[in-house]
Amino acid sequence: MLPLILFYIFATVLVLAAVAVIVARNPVYSALSLVLCFVTSAALWLLIEAEFLAIVLVLVYVGAVMVLFLFVVMMIDIDLEELRAGFTRFAWLGWIVAMVIVLEIAGVVVTRKLGIDVTRGAAPLPANYSNTQELGALLYSKYAYPFEIAAMVLLVAIVAAITLTLRHRPNLKVQNIARQVSARASERVRLVKMDAEHRE
Amino acid sequence: MITLAHMLTLSAVLFALSVAGIFLNRKNVLLLLMCIELLLLAANFNFVAFSRYLGQLDGQIFVFFVLTVAAAESAIGLAILVVLFRERRSINVEELNKLQG
Repeated sequence: MLPLILFYIFATVLVLAAVAVIVARNPVYSALSLVLCFVTSAALWLLIEAEFLAIVLVLVYVGAVMVLFLFVVMMIDIDLEELRAGFTRFAWLGWIVAMVIVLEIAGVVVTRKLGIDVTRGAAPLPANYSNTQELGALLYSKYAYPFEIAAMVLLVAIVAAITLTLRHRPNLKVQNIARQVSARASERVRLVKMDAEHRE
Repeated sequence: MITLAHMLTLSAVLFALSVAGIFLNRKNVLLLLMCIELLLLAANFNFVAFSRYLGQLDGQIFVFFVLTVAAAESAIGLAILVVLFRERRSINVEELNKLQG
């Protein structure tokens, strides 16, 4: 009974935070509400015993992606009023599309029954079961190749993000390390022979 | 006891909310990116729920990859956003007509 109560608490918080994300006036509040969404989702995943992904969600999303979002939100100086203009003009369309999607999903679930009984709980796991260990065993054997492709995707993302935002400013005074290292004393010091001065 | 129906309903509500968010905030690229993150979270909910209730871990592995791709997507999306703001001083979608698309 306790898991169900916790589920309803977290689900309520999650839905309210999601509403806050989409209707908040200030993008900073949207980003913070999204953080709350991810944290409550992690709690919900803990409730259905997907421990590893719950921790990964907090570490990767709250720790990295949302910090990136907050950085960008605070870095760029946007005109909120201009972006908010016409907010309610297409709101009805948005809510209608949302309702249609919910009805479609419900229709698929009701008519097809998904081939499984959706009203039963999950089979209990053995006491010495480790979600992280099982996932690791699967990830490094059956899914080793996709895992490496995921690493490549991240590498490409890093390179793309850096090259996109890299700025080459003209007239910037920077060191040229290669020239500094390859400099020789003979290039730097010039001995000039000249006659001594004569007192008049 | 939390059943599969609970999780699927929650994920459907979350998905619908984020789609509504895309319509509501269609001018603000930043909020569009956040709504896409929310959409992916709703999809991940289904993967985790089915994986747990069908007793197969493959779904959770897939969530792992979805998280990877989503992180890459938001990093590149935000980089494009920063460059765009530097260029146009605005992130309004309606002003992005340089390509005449």
